[in-house]
Amino acid sequence: MGDTPHRSAHAGTGGTPVAMSHERPAGASARVAERSGNPGRPGGDLGGGGGLPRARAFGAERAFRGLTLAAGTTVLVIIAAIAIFLIAKAVPALRANTESFWTFEGWFPNDNPPKFGIGALAFGTVLSSLLALLMAVPVALGIALYLSHYAPRRLGNGLGFVIDLLAAVPSVVFGLWGRDYFAGPVADLSAWLNTYFGWIPIFGDGPYGSSILLGSLVLAIMVLPIVTSLSREVFRQTPTANEEAALALGATRWEMIRTAVLPYGRPGVVAAVMLGLGRALGETIALALTLGSTYAISFNILQSGGNSIAANIANRFAEANDTGRGALIASGLVLFAITLIVNITARAIIYRRREFTESAA
Amino acid sequence: MAKRVEASNVTAYYGGFKAIENINLTVEPKTVTALIGPSGCGKSTFLRSINRMHEVLPGARVEGNLTIDGQDIYDRDVDVTAVRRMIGMVFQRPNPFPTMSIFENVVAGLRLNGVRRKSILEETAEKALRSANLWDEVKDRLGKPGAGLSGGQQQRLCIARTIAVEPQVVLMDEPCSALDPISTLAIEDLMFQLKDKFTIIIVTHNMQQAARVSDRTAFFSIEKTGDPGRLIEYDNTQKIFSNPSQKKTEDYITGRFG
Repeated sequence: MGDTPHRSAHAGTGGTPVAMSHERPAGASARVAERSGNPGRPGGDLGGGGGLPRARAFGAERAFRGLTLAAGTTVLVIIAAIAIFLIAKAVPALRANTESFWTFEGWFPNDNPPKFGIGALAFGTVLSSLLALLMAVPVALGIALYLSHYAPRRLGNGLGFVIDLLAAVPSVVFGLWGRDYFAGPVADLSAWLNTYFGWIPIFGDGPYGSSILLGSLVLAIMVLPIVTSLSREVFRQTPTANEEAALALGATRWEMIRTAVLPYGRPGVVAAVMLGLGRALGETIALALTLGSTYAISFNILQSGGNSIAANIANRFAEANDTGRGALIASGLVLFAITLIVNITARAIIYRRREFTESAA
Repeated sequence: MAKRVEASNVTAYYGGFKAIENINLTVEPKTVTALIGPSGCGKSTFLRSINRMHEVLPGARVEGNLTIDGQDIYDRDVDVTAVRRMIGMVFQRPNPFPTMSIFENVVAGLRLNGVRRKSILEETAEKALRSANLWDEVKDRLGKPGAGLSGGQQQRLCIARTIAVEPQVVLMDEPCSALDPISTLAIEDLMFQLKDKFTIIIVTHNMQQAARVSDRTAFFSIEKTGDPGRLIEYDNTQKIFSNPSQKKTEDYITGRFG
């Protein structure tokens, strides 16, 4: 106990000596600073040492920054190079075209004079992709919700794995399966649809077979795993706190999903659907095998026919002459533009909903 | 609007782990009851058993008898969503629905119950927000996201959301542990007002808080890690904090243990 007042007395009176003792280290620091060639530090400064070290001119920080910048720039350079190449090849063919590129329904770029139009191809591309999404997305969301919120954990993981396997099947396999096996049942389905729902214009007369319906069904199966996996991940990330909040308010499982899970996952689901749409728009060989390769704009999805930009490129590239290749490249540019528009739209949707979303309850 | 909660021999498990054992406790209507005790002693587990939120976790189950005004809530014929509507819950961290506005958050429970008419929703929202002492702060921005409020406001929003469905009992699981002292004070004031209408059971780690807000206090404890939590002492708050009858309780509230 005797120690304590002694120590506190020192602390109390120690103020002056401590303040005075700073004189010397400060002077020392000034000397050190001068010696290391770092002027501009006034000697009366508190806090000993030689001042702050200078920023290094070339450190790991700068090197890494440069590397990432270079990587980012490379992407832009590659895209620009591809765009320039495509445009350079496409322009001569477009000049030589004697019909309207946008409205002519046909593809004869190898003839003299060349005649070709993108209208029917772009129409078929968009129609088959939209139909595929229309069929795939509800099923995919159902599977995703089942896997994330209903299935027992082990079953959910197993099923999720199987779905992911579906994504690994090459598209040519889907195409061949669609053309050789699936076409029969789809033709029967087409006849049935035409009989009972023929009054709806899209379910028109035959002949049935390699139709937009077949193509988009195959596309739907191919898009399914992407949309399912991504949505499942998004749904799984719903904060437990929000799910419990809904349950504690007396929500059933489905009401909890509607109140907490779906609104939370909406931006992610939009992104998943857009990725699926991207795959459907760019799908080549499966559609080349299952569509009828005609060049007419028709809303009758049952009739043999239909075509898409990518499938047309695959079908016609081998036989194309110079103008023909230019025409196909021009169609590729249009596909590029469509994809760009889709992606910008998706970004806009996500951005608009980013800060605030209207109620989903 | 307030009911008696009676627990007899309540035992709760997480899979094979017994979290609480043989809890016997009666909570009177229109009182605030605090559950205190060291971490892992099963206070929250017991609280979550009262509105059947415990069983939400995979493998979790409850044994024993829990009644609200004599009605067994674990009865086979009882609808679990009806139980949770009758016994509301406020969680440790404020959890407003992030995609909903302030207004939609408050009426979320009503909408789940099928209330659609706008006038009823608006009336109830105002009433609930006033009861939660939040109305004046948010009345001009009901359409703004609930997640944009401060932590204390969010927690009061969650309380408003809970009482908007007019439960009989309100459970609070450490409602102030994520809040600053001023927000904490606001919520404690709120509890005083709410006990006129509701039976309130609150889990808290803050013993001053238990002493300030509660009428009765239940002290839970465990022998050692891995043992189930037990109810050590349950009495009037004043008695627990001034003259507890159990040595363990005294050790805990004087800070010698836990």
